[in-house]
Amino acid sequence: MLSTPALVLAIILFGLGLIGLLSRRNILYMLLSLEIMLNAAALAFIAGGARWGQVDGEIMFLFILTLAAAEVSVALGIVLQLSHRFRTLDADAFCEMRG
Amino acid sequence: MEILFYIAAAVTVLATLRVITHVHAVHALLYLVVALIALSLIFYLFGAQFAAALEIIIYGGAIMVLFIFVVMLLGPLAVEQERTWFSLSAWVGPSILALVLLGEVGYLIASGDHPTMAVAEPRQKAISIALYGPYIIGVELASMLLLPGLIGAYHLGRRLSSEARSC
Repeated sequence: MLSTPALVLAIILFGLGLIGLLSRRNILYMLLSLEIMLNAAALAFIAGGARWGQVDGEIMFLFILTLAAAEVSVALGIVLQLSHRFRTLDADAFCEMRG
Repeated sequence: MEILFYIAAAVTVLATLRVITHVHAVHALLYLVVALIALSLIFYLFGAQFAAALEIIIYGGAIMVLFIFVVMLLGPLAVEQERTWFSLSAWVGPSILALVLLGEVGYLIASGDHPTMAVAEPRQKAISIALYGPYIIGVELASMLLLPGLIGAYHLGRRLSSEARSC
């Protein structure tokens, strides 16, 4: 019944997260945008699982949650390191690897 | 039921818009917490109570607290920022959005058409059986992901403190 609006909402949230990731140069906001995109993917999985009456959607949500927790703990450690070394949070300043 | 979904969806999109357009990190985090709680309400409306509880506990609780701790660690002028962080205007927007969500939850409790524990219990059982049955390899992979995450976070944080002590 509500699966199509939920998928539209997931697309909107994912697009907002992508816009934030591409437009912001502060590395902390880029991490926040990544969280928004992960949440949009989780919403799509939950809506799909509810549509078909299966539990697989919620299990995928558990895995997404695990991934987000591991990613955030490591990424915030990197943010602290970078801010300590470069004295800035500008993502363009971290160009030592010539990427 | 449908109107609740649309209100919660509107709250989520508005709060997310404020997250990606706000220049102040703590205000953006407040809006992100509201967005996560609204998303949790949507999960509940889809009958995924376990996912809704985990969304609030782990996302809204643990991960957002990590972000807030890091923002506090990054702030060089604690006293000046303290004055601006606890201004009234920072709390008005998230409070209004959270009040909308509170009204929705109150309506859900008062109307009584929420799924009861008798419906929820077999679903949790099915989730547990599927998690440790066909998805056991995923659980193992998640544990193999979490352990390097723990060691990596410890390593990065430890080198920061030792360098800070040396200089």
